[in-house]
Amino acid sequence: MDLMKLTAVQLSEKIRAGEVRAAEAVEAALAAIEAQEKRIHAFITVDRDGAMKAAERVQKRIDAGELKGPLAGVPIAVKDNICTKGLKTTCASKILYNFVPTYNAEVIENLEKAGMIVIGKTNMDEFAMGSTTETSFFGVTKNPRNPEHVPGGSSGGSCAAVGAGEVLCALGSDTGGSIRQPSSFCGVTGLKPTYGAVSRYGLIAYGSSLDQIGPVANDVTDCAALLSVIASHDPKDSTSVELEDYDFMGALREDVSGLRVGIPNEYFGEGLDPEVKSRVLHAAEVLKSCGAQVEHFDLGMLEYAIPAYYVIASAEASSNLERFDGVKYGYRAEDFEGLHDMYKQTRSQGFGPEVKRRIMLGSFVLSSGYYDAYYLKALRTKALIKKSFDDAFAKYDVILAPAAPTAAPRLGESLSDPLAMYLGDIYTVSVNLAGLPGISVPCGSTSAGLPVGVQILADCFKEKTILRAAYTLEQALGKEAQHGEGI
Amino acid sequence: MAREYETVIGLEVHVELATKTKIFCGCSTEFGGEPNTHTCPVCTGMPGSLPVLNKKVVEYAMAVGLAANCRIHQYCKFDRKNYFYPDNPQNYQISQLYLPICHDGWIEIEAGGEKKKVRIHEIHMEEDAGKLIHDDWEDCSLVDYNRSGVPLIEIVSEPDMRSAEEVIAYLEQLRMIAQYVGASDCKLQEGSMRADVNLSVREKGSDTFGTRTEMKNLNSFKAIARAIEGEQARQIDLLEEGRPVIQETRRWDDNKGESYPMRSKEDAQDYRYFPDPDLPPVEISDAWMEEIRSSLPELQPAKKARYMEEFQLPAYDASILTESKKLADLFEETVALGARPKKVSNWLMVETLRLLKENSMEPEQIRFTPENLKKLIALTEDGSVNSSVAKEVFEQMFRDNVDPEAYVEEHGLKTVNDAGALEAVVKKVLENNPKVVEEYRGGKEKVLGFLVGQVMKEMKGKANPAMAGELLKKLM
Amino acid sequence: MAEKITDETIDYVGILAKLKLSPSEREDAKADMQKMLDYIDKLNELDTSGIEPMSHVFPVKNVFREDVVTNGDAREQMLANAPEQRDGQYQVPKTVE
Repeated sequence: MDLMKLTAVQLSEKIRAGEVRAAEAVEAALAAIEAQEKRIHAFITVDRDGAMKAAERVQKRIDAGELKGPLAGVPIAVKDNICTKGLKTTCASKILYNFVPTYNAEVIENLEKAGMIVIGKTNMDEFAMGSTTETSFFGVTKNPRNPEHVPGGSSGGSCAAVGAGEVLCALGSDTGGSIRQPSSFCGVTGLKPTYGAVSRYGLIAYGSSLDQIGPVANDVTDCAALLSVIASHDPKDSTSVELEDYDFMGALREDVSGLRVGIPNEYFGEGLDPEVKSRVLHAAEVLKSCGAQVEHFDLGMLEYAIPAYYVIASAEASSNLERFDGVKYGYRAEDFEGLHDMYKQTRSQGFGPEVKRRIMLGSFVLSSGYYDAYYLKALRTKALIKKSFDDAFAKYDVILAPAAPTAAPRLGESLSDPLAMYLGDIYTVSVNLAGLPGISVPCGSTSAGLPVGVQILADCFKEKTILRAAYTLEQALGKEAQHGEGI
Repeated sequence: MAREYETVIGLEVHVELATKTKIFCGCSTEFGGEPNTHTCPVCTGMPGSLPVLNKKVVEYAMAVGLAANCRIHQYCKFDRKNYFYPDNPQNYQISQLYLPICHDGWIEIEAGGEKKKVRIHEIHMEEDAGKLIHDDWEDCSLVDYNRSGVPLIEIVSEPDMRSAEEVIAYLEQLRMIAQYVGASDCKLQEGSMRADVNLSVREKGSDTFGTRTEMKNLNSFKAIARAIEGEQARQIDLLEEGRPVIQETRRWDDNKGESYPMRSKEDAQDYRYFPDPDLPPVEISDAWMEEIRSSLPELQPAKKARYMEEFQLPAYDASILTESKKLADLFEETVALGARPKKVSNWLMVETLRLLKENSMEPEQIRFTPENLKKLIALTEDGSVNSSVAKEVFEQMFRDNVDPEAYVEEHGLKTVNDAGALEAVVKKVLENNPKVVEEYRGGKEKVLGFLVGQVMKEMKGKANPAMAGELLKKLM
Repeated sequence: MAEKITDETIDYVGILAKLKLSPSEREDAKADMQKMLDYIDKLNELDTSGIEPMSHVFPVKNVFREDVVTNGDAREQMLANAPEQRDGQYQVPKTVE
């Protein structure tokens, strides 16, 4: 039995039934990593020993009947911007190349409580700034479907690791699409929860008002199970929100009858690859055939999302990244003259070009004389974007849209023109500005064999609606594929 | 004719709040302690850590604001102030710029015999920085984050003060307010109250302000007074020479008695304030505000007036006693136990203040209890101890809070009120000093004092001097 | 058109952000920032008068902790990450002249 062909929920069932030992699950994942890493390089750190020890501890708890959750015993990969106690956490940056946190992020505590086993830390764009995982200090990650292409980003390592079968599930983080876009590119399922649903404590901040940790897996069920594990109300995170309940698996029903699905016209205009467009619209048709009411409408504000997002995210990033100064942790330049030169040398050598670009932009838009014109203007735009979604969700239960304008680009094609790269985030950033939940579900491939994902969005805290729609779509597309009607 | 100048002063006063924990994490605020032993990921700016606001900080800030006649922003927020310095672990300080908790207040001060209102522009909450120690030998500095994240309020006045004397009166008043509401102990030597002085000079009668300078982090009233004198003289000299005053931040060197500019070109002083996305706004309900307002204690001006009225204390005594909350509490508690107000006041005003001064202590450090002070007063009132013994006992009490009754008993200090024993000694003294006795009988009555002294000496201070005097007179 | 980004702007932002750029990085930074700001200018098409800037998406408010000490001494672990440390403190280049 190839354990890596199971879903995470199936694997846990076998472990809890005593058919598979937790250590065997870890060994299977380590073997898969061993086999795949040369080709895709999804990991920055693989914690072989730690994972084996954790497997023993988890096995004891399973044997004692203490662990009954749907993911107990399952190995998981974690994006390298999530702090893991005693395990190097780098944000894929030279400036944190040797940083070993003294504390666990709250999500890591939650994984441990649920009996999940952290097997390693995944590659990402440096400080989650990028859409290709090419800005990592530790080298690029490649798309598991075609290693000549990028996996997307910034959670490219997590999505590639799942897509390549190195792990069955992973954690990513999403500030402007960093879970949904690489999920789409790698042909996996990734969910960005409502802002506040998952604790940010221990997530190394990029844009604090936008960041959210979320699950990446091979199917909607595993995503729902993992969301149930990581979502929690955390008193250590003042922006954490208490949810009514945390049982997301209960939402997994094949039932969209009467579900009102809105398709925003702007998301299907110029710039959208025709193949992506047809796959996404096909997904809409499938939902319709399952009983949903599908309607096209004008959402508005799309063209303002990217400028507002880059002002807000860069401003917050410029402040969040000030703490990397060579004093308390991480890299410090070797040669410098005095304090301020130490700061400058350390930061100039420690950060890569994309991070520096955003820090510069963010510092500028907050600086004296520009704050109102740029930062406050962006916050006002954010309010309007939020309102456009409020209006939309008064009419629709979910919104269906592409996750990215294209399938995964080739390696090395994106970084030369930053603005063009930023424009690739057009379908994802509004969701972060408005704090909404969104999922990317595979909905086919391009003629070149690259995966395409469809985004399903809903109003805040309506993860269950998203999961129900996504599950129904996934099941229907699966049946289509079986019957050969698919594309 | 020489031009006359007027000095215009506004203050930014930082007061450390008396919370048990820091403003955004559960680390202790206790003073002292080995470097970096009161730190955690939050107050050392570790990646991924997040702040959570200490509710008590809001309550203390509100209490000080209400006591200083401020209006409360019932919707207030925290902002990040961005600047790089090693004592600032995140390289941004969480503070309040756009919506500070309190605004538009005033307090009344008295200086040069005149009362005046000093307006308060705002009071905001923020976090303190860590401490830097400079190592001259190793050419490096060392950072201790124990103070990092200790809650502060910054009280910003309008430029309403005109002299060092007014500034000191204002600071005294602020200190009393903070102490009275229990928000801070305002210990200057531990840096729990510090002031930045904004000062400009202008020709008398002018209604526009001159260019001001800011002097940072002055932490004693004397240093503040000297810095003001020094800076106003420096600015007047510049103006007299026809040179401009430059708007800048200066550091006052109290040892040298001069100030010098602080910032280098690496400090743009552009703090890029923006709302901290990690901290949701604070919304203060009417009910919460009223709860704080109604729990405010009687403040110093009211207390002073009441002491004069209720206890018939002179204005001077009433102000000295009420200037320290601790002294006032001690006074009232001792009086409540039945001691006579004037007696209690005397012990506090004379002996207590003397010993505090001699030991460089603050009233907050007083160790003796009202119960023991009451007992000591009772011992003097019923003649059990005479005044010199009482002072001796008080010193012990001041040092170790000894029980005066037990102490007097234990050390056999009780005044001998036994007439028989006294009479024997008196007779002996009269016999030993026939000449003096002659002088007395000859009308030189002041020698009685000498004879009483001799009796006291014989009885090792335990005699009742009044009784001894009476007996001497009778037997002569 | 957005603000013209000059060498002075880049120098100034470098001081604020503590970044030292090589001559070629500077030219790139100038061009990139100019391009971004020109693009961001698109926001000026929007009439946002009367719209409150939205810093928090949800009306979450009054999140407090009680004033209770919960942390112990974790100095050694924390200092283990310091590039330079001495006597239980973080060592930095001298901060005063």
